[in-house]
Amino acid sequence: MITVTSLSVAYGAVQALRDVSFQAGAGQITAVLGANGAGKTTLLRTISGLVTPTQGRVDFGSTALVGRRAEEIARLGVGHVPEGRGVISEFTVEENLRLGSMFNKTPLAKGLAEQYELFPALGERRKQHAAKLSGGERQMLAMARALIAEPTVLLLDEPSLGLAPLVTAQLMKTIKDLCEKKKLTVILVEQNAVTALRISSHAVVLNLGRVVADDDASVIGEDENLRQYYLGMSS
Amino acid sequence: MDAFLTSRIMSDVLGGLTNGMIYGLVALSLVLIWRSAGILNFAAGAMPMVATYVGMVIFVSTLGYWPSVVIAIITGLTIGALTERVVVRRLYGKPPINPVVVMVGILIVLEGVAAAIWSTVPRGIPNPFSPIDWQLAGKPIALSSFSLYEIVTALVVMSAVAALFRFTKLGLQLRASALAPEVSRLLGVRVGRMLTLGWALSTGVGTITTVLVASNFFTGLTPQVMDGIFAFGFIAAAVGGLESPVGAIVSGVALGIVLQFVGDYINSNAIILVALVILVVSLMVRPNGIFTRNSARRV
Repeated sequence: MITVTSLSVAYGAVQALRDVSFQAGAGQITAVLGANGAGKTTLLRTISGLVTPTQGRVDFGSTALVGRRAEEIARLGVGHVPEGRGVISEFTVEENLRLGSMFNKTPLAKGLAEQYELFPALGERRKQHAAKLSGGERQMLAMARALIAEPTVLLLDEPSLGLAPLVTAQLMKTIKDLCEKKKLTVILVEQNAVTALRISSHAVVLNLGRVVADDDASVIGEDENLRQYYLGMSS
Repeated sequence: MDAFLTSRIMSDVLGGLTNGMIYGLVALSLVLIWRSAGILNFAAGAMPMVATYVGMVIFVSTLGYWPSVVIAIITGLTIGALTERVVVRRLYGKPPINPVVVMVGILIVLEGVAAAIWSTVPRGIPNPFSPIDWQLAGKPIALSSFSLYEIVTALVVMSAVAALFRFTKLGLQLRASALAPEVSRLLGVRVGRMLTLGWALSTGVGTITTVLVASNFFTGLTPQVMDGIFAFGFIAAAVGGLESPVGAIVSGVALGIVLQFVGDYINSNAIILVALVILVVSLMVRPNGIFTRNSARRV
């Protein structure tokens, strides 16, 4: 479980997050929605230690995360698939996965087999450079690389960005299945609210760095005001 | 066969190969730092020079050659790591001119300090290898047990670095930190430590190179011993592409051989001129280097 309390982040004079509080329940998908510039990416980067907040706390179970370094937070079991996926193009598929499995206890071969079973397309291209993969395959690789580390928490930043609707639908199904099977706590940042709400149990809406709604995904999805003003969904 | 091995062409190739291996090692040590930190280490000759004085001048008379080499290498690794931790760490993200000025400053200070402590008189380093060329049917062949020692050591160092990067977990982390520092941190890689290690490794390679150069009976160890060789190593790295370790080594060896022919067939004064022409032409034709595939620089 991730608990965010009164979190504020500023980049110089620009306030990116203001007094943000919410909880992402264990074994659930929490969607974080909002328009461009709402602070969604900053929120994930603060949770994973890349950005230092000006105030507030982030707790992973009973462990305080603020003040720890990103690499330490990763090793505690917080996986972060960054916006744009962060796949290393110069590495082969397998090298990307080896990098992900560096600090887990499962033997490499077993971890690889598991990911190739989950994403067969990656297995077929294991020796290819990641630069040669399609957008959907790169997203799969980024997910697999995060999963092979056996995280308890998975932060996903706009996984559907640039993907065809069909690929997105498949990806969302995979995320939901994984969350159920592995009891993962997922924080899913999406601009594509419809898609995200479909698989989430809980949703937080950000606007200009503030939480404007925090409720069950179904409730948020039904709220006409939210749909119109913050989620860009027509009624 | 004997006539061929002792021919003028062959002796230029062999002599050039020996020099080229040294240029390749210097280029490799430059590439190791450039790839991880984006900094051109102008003190890449001076830092190992100090380590070589520590190992080969202070200890060689009491401990003998090989233990002194080990001490020199350990000193080199330490100097590299300390330089990164204490000085270079403050330079990341600063304008590119800052590290240039700082590294040139370190070069000048280290050469001055070494001259103050050990003087500029060349120190011969007694070692087990003879510098006298072997003979075939009464004619010299441009190889000696010393030049073979240089070539074999260079090959071993190059293979070891390649194996480290290709086959080990540590190598994977070093490469990942250089290519994508932020993503690496998100996967648990201690990128700061990898940078320190990169500087240590580079200075370690540089120290082995300097020990080889200074062990040469005809050169000896002086505070400026690496200045000229650094220039050729730098040209090799720039021609091969600063991003490419293989490119650095290949162009180092090629440069060594080409310059040997220039020295033999034209004039030894033409060597540095030709080297500069090669640099300028290659920068005009392929500014990112012959062996660099993509032109995008890491940002």
